[in-house]
Amino acid sequence: MMNIVSGCAGLIFGFGLLLSGMAQPEKVLSFLDVAGVWDPSLAFVMVGALFVSSVAFVVARKRQTSLLGCSMQLPTAKLVDQKLVLGSILFGIGWGLAGVCPGPSLVVVGLGVEGSGLFVLAMLVGMWLYQRFFTAPSGHAANK
Amino acid sequence: MSIIISPQFSPLVSSVGGLFIGLAAAMMLLLLGRIAGVSGIVAGLLSGIRQGDAWRLAFVGGLLASGWIFSLLHPLPSIQMAVSPPWLILAGLLVGFGTRLGSGCTSGHGVCGISRGSVRSIVATLCFMGSGLVTVFIVRHVFH
Repeated sequence: MMNIVSGCAGLIFGFGLLLSGMAQPEKVLSFLDVAGVWDPSLAFVMVGALFVSSVAFVVARKRQTSLLGCSMQLPTAKLVDQKLVLGSILFGIGWGLAGVCPGPSLVVVGLGVEGSGLFVLAMLVGMWLYQRFFTAPSGHAANK
Repeated sequence: MSIIISPQFSPLVSSVGGLFIGLAAAMMLLLLGRIAGVSGIVAGLLSGIRQGDAWRLAFVGGLLASGWIFSLLHPLPSIQMAVSPPWLILAGLLVGFGTRLGSGCTSGHGVCGISRGSVRSIVATLCFMGSGLVTVFIVRHVFH
């Protein structure tokens, strides 16, 4: 059951990315190009997504377990540190160069878009490099 | 400086896409007790697939299949990578490494983190939005 829910969530997530334009790198780059011909659409994607997920988080806050009885595994870190800031800045540079972030990258590679496999492969290598050389070898990296 | 709005601006359809993304995040949270953060879910599979990882595979599978299933229901938008292979590789490395160092991407920090009011996620989102804006500005308006 858990896996069916998770698979459906992945599917609906992908539909949302395709519908909203997040899966079109050129549209993402136009959103980030405030000084050029600006496409503010992605701000509306954020508003739509936050509208639904905020309600879910308010409901979730009062619960010890999920509706399917799983434990709630939410991040507990509170500290804003250099890793968070530097990592997010590096991610943003990559996002600004190609107009692709992790969710859309999987949608476009699933569609076989030319060049998307290179991006995803490089992304996996980037993640692996971090896990191999910058974390203590203790299994799963932090969830987020 | 005046702002030029793109003719591609699609507030309505992008908001609806956002609602789908929010719904997927809400499903993961309320049913499975998990954060729908794509970079974290993918990275969790890189250090070897364990017994408890089926939900990760299912979510990634849903994202990969979403384009094909979407195309059966609705015309697909036209999707091309926006930059050449060397840039895709550099961008992918930065996205992969950066999202691990910063513990999240657009979905985990931008959608889930902000909706649960996480200060870390708000800072992370400002950082990657900021560096994304600066990167696009440099690429499109400084070197052109």
